[in-house]
Amino acid sequence: MNPGTDSSAGDARPEVTAPRTPAPVRLSVDLASYSYQPGGGAAPLFTLEATSFEVRQRELVAILGPNGSGKSTLLKLLSGMLQPLSGRVQLEGFEVARLDPRTRAQRIAVVQQETPLLFPIRVWEYVQQGRHPYTRGMRFESDEDRRIADRALAEAGADHLKDRWMHRISGGEKQRAILARALTQQPMLLLLDEPTLHLDIAAQVDLLRRLRRLAARNSYAVVVVTHEVNLAAEFADRVVLLDRGKMLRVGTPAEVYQQDLLQQVFGTLLHVDHNAEGTPKVAFSGKEA
Amino acid sequence: MRPLTPIRLLLICTILAGVLLLVALVSMKFGTRSIPLADLTSVLYHTATGQNDQISSDYRVILFDIRWPRILLAMIVGAALSVAGASFQALLRNPLADPYVLGVSSGAALGAILALIWAPHTPGVTPLAAFAGAAVASAAVYFLGRRGGYLDSFALLLGGIITASFLSAVIMFLMTVIPGSDLRGMAFWLMGDLQTASPVSPRWLLLVVLATIGAIYTTAADLNLLMAGEQEALHLGVDVTRVKIVVYLGASILTGVAVAVSGAIGYVGLLVPHLIRIIFGSDYRVLIPATALGGAIAVVLADTLARTLVSPIELPVGAMTAMVGAPMFIYLLRRRVE
Repeated sequence: MNPGTDSSAGDARPEVTAPRTPAPVRLSVDLASYSYQPGGGAAPLFTLEATSFEVRQRELVAILGPNGSGKSTLLKLLSGMLQPLSGRVQLEGFEVARLDPRTRAQRIAVVQQETPLLFPIRVWEYVQQGRHPYTRGMRFESDEDRRIADRALAEAGADHLKDRWMHRISGGEKQRAILARALTQQPMLLLLDEPTLHLDIAAQVDLLRRLRRLAARNSYAVVVVTHEVNLAAEFADRVVLLDRGKMLRVGTPAEVYQQDLLQQVFGTLLHVDHNAEGTPKVAFSGKEA
Repeated sequence: MRPLTPIRLLLICTILAGVLLLVALVSMKFGTRSIPLADLTSVLYHTATGQNDQISSDYRVILFDIRWPRILLAMIVGAALSVAGASFQALLRNPLADPYVLGVSSGAALGAILALIWAPHTPGVTPLAAFAGAAVASAAVYFLGRRGGYLDSFALLLGGIITASFLSAVIMFLMTVIPGSDLRGMAFWLMGDLQTASPVSPRWLLLVVLATIGAIYTTAADLNLLMAGEQEALHLGVDVTRVKIVVYLGASILTGVAVAVSGAIGYVGLLVPHLIRIIFGSDYRVLIPATALGGAIAVVLADTLARTLVSPIELPVGAMTAMVGAPMFIYLLRRRVE
């Protein structure tokens, strides 16, 4: 995968001190496009044009863009729920849409916006569901499954919620439980669809810090769809900027956050600043121009 | 924290089977002629030890020719309807789903009546026609309940109620127009009735119902996830299409069979899964077997009451279940709205 063999051959340095060696690519999106066809040969309702980017191990990539820009469609392509019309979406060399559901669920975990539960269940039961792609037959969870779920609860900071009811915990707590279930799947790729929605600022920062830590520790590749431009600037390694079904830019936040570009995409007056470390900050102008 | 283990599942089933046995004994004892407990025990003892000649012919007729077949039928029908209810609840993501409320039982009843009109002497055709009727009705309700790609809870219930009343009207029309039909008997049967002898042998009935429940049970772990939505289930590796087909066909078979032998007994499929959820939780791996046993208990109890409450007159068992079930339905509906 890496053509530059000189950096690894005969290199005795421990891995941690070689941050410049790029981690292997986990997810590669190669000119993937999609189009919703209403049928009957009419014009497509929405088209996501050819999109390309990569997500490496331990990387956190944010997908940004206004409403209707194609973020959800792109996420569906990444999770294999949609098969690209052209191009490829590959996870470790396998096309995600072609994987059978079980294998896919062992490799990709999706954190969606919460769906209402019909019947009350406890947090630990909910988290245990993440083991579903691994269990067989009558599907009773083993001690191993329980250990994995317990570790996921701890990693998501939801240890103390274990015996609570899912419908009786707060939005932030619920988000942790949902994350814990995704971790229980032991995925390679973690996809999150607006995970910070309905969370207060402290919970938002806590979640993203946690994701960064988990990506580093468990070698996940993490993709987050979000509206929070500043959180993305702070925590994402790279940003994919979408607008009206087009991928406009991929790069580090500093590369993507250009005042003119963001103003044009979001259609409002914005001001982009950079702090001492070069992290961009987006502020909106209070007054009408 | 009580994780589900095979031992816990076995324990729950054993307890419920014990209750079922007890209820069956009570049902054996009571009736137009109540049998003293001492006599009942001795009859059962003699049956168990093979000393059949020790049993008085009176008791043999009452207990083994009249009461026991009916209890067995009640058990089979109760298990079938309850599991059908629990299945529809998962399939339609609606805790108020029940074959009767959704009009699926009416579809089965129409199928059975058409079979009785066109092929009255062909054995086995009634349950098949009832299954077909149930399958068509549940498909119709499913599409009536869809709004913009997802199932709307109230559209679904409304669709079910409309379907049920439309099909009932068709049934009434047929019953009135077809000469020689026994209106009162038919009306009784439509209310749900275990008096009429089953057109299918109980052994076949038991086999079909157990096999179908078994088939639905293979999807139990998937159903837990399907309750959270199709998208989520897909993300967790559930083969959603396969599961939906198995459960849809299974629930239609169970409803069809139950209606073919006993008419439309209502609300069992709603009440029993709800009570079981309250007691044992909503994990389908427990819910399905526990609901089957619970349904058997409920219908045997209801039928015993129907037989004895205003004895010697018998009530249709469906009237008993509706008297308990309808208020409960309203209660659950109101609680959900709030």
